[in-house]
Amino acid sequence: MVRVLINVPKQIHANEPFEVKVLISHPMESGQRRDQMGQAIPRDIINHFIATLDGETVLDADFFPAIAANPFLSFSVVAEKSGTLALTFVDDHGVTQTELTAITVT
Amino acid sequence: MKRLVLLAVAAMLLMGAGDRRSGYDDASADTRAMQDDDAANPAFLWVQQGESLWSAAEGAAGKSCADCHGDVSAMRGVAPRYPAFEPKHGRPITLEERINLCRTDHMGAAAFAWNDDKLLSLSALIGLQSRGMPVAAKAQEPFLSEGAALFRERMGQLNLSCAQCHEERAGLKLAGSLIPQGHPNGYPEYRLEWQGMGSFYRRLRNCMIGVRAEPFAPDSREAADLALFLAVRANGMKVETPAVRP
Repeated sequence: MVRVLINVPKQIHANEPFEVKVLISHPMESGQRRDQMGQAIPRDIINHFIATLDGETVLDADFFPAIAANPFLSFSVVAEKSGTLALTFVDDHGVTQTELTAITVT
Repeated sequence: MKRLVLLAVAAMLLMGAGDRRSGYDDASADTRAMQDDDAANPAFLWVQQGESLWSAAEGAAGKSCADCHGDVSAMRGVAPRYPAFEPKHGRPITLEERINLCRTDHMGAAAFAWNDDKLLSLSALIGLQSRGMPVAAKAQEPFLSEGAALFRERMGQLNLSCAQCHEERAGLKLAGSLIPQGHPNGYPEYRLEWQGMGSFYRRLRNCMIGVRAEPFAPDSREAADLALFLAVRANGMKVETPAVRP
């Protein structure tokens, strides 16, 4: 389990875009570096990120190396009604983690 | 004419004394934006961990931080006073040393290593409570004078003192990077260069390794004296914990 911080506005209006900010605690090891003994450090990054709003995909992204450690993601979403935003990401170890946040449309 | 030059020099000296710049003032707009927005500041991942650690019982005594200190908001005003005098050690100790002392003496738990993420999480959480308050370290002798002497002492194979960079050459460049004045008002901080969190001690250690000196031990009197000198030097500046720095 990695630590995740999700930030959505408290006031969201229907059919108006709002910004979702996500911080994920992850080393994002690029696989290009070597350790002090000259051994390659294996790649360890989040390679897939999906955001769904009540089951409907709003963002589907493949990640590649050269993203900094502890990545910060920011994207816009439009909601028609209140619901649950689910953020799922998969890392190179095949570990999948899902974080849920309630979206309240006023 | 001579008088005018003298006046100009005096004005520059005065400005030099009053013009203390936090690392924030010299950071790029992007870095400042990261620090300004708690949702974009990666250090808050550590703060989040600190919040769960604060109320987690650990050690033989079965106590958590919250059992003695209550809600963490009660820690407001604590971090700016550090390094503070600790009778047991007979010298000022840093906030990280204080946390470890609480663990060994009151919780019956093992002390954290200096670079343990959990230690940084707790000190970030405690420091955050005092964000915006002025640094208010107490000038304690002889520790302050010792710290000041260490600041000006040449060390390492490169034979450089802290003061040569962070006082005499502050504002100039070292290999393309701006040399800051070295005010410790944002620790523990998220450093983009480190891709992670670090305490004042980590910064000190990196500087000392940089001049090819043997770093002071994390629990040494020298490291605490230097931290005290820099804190007193930054007295009155705003606490920015947890800061973001390049």
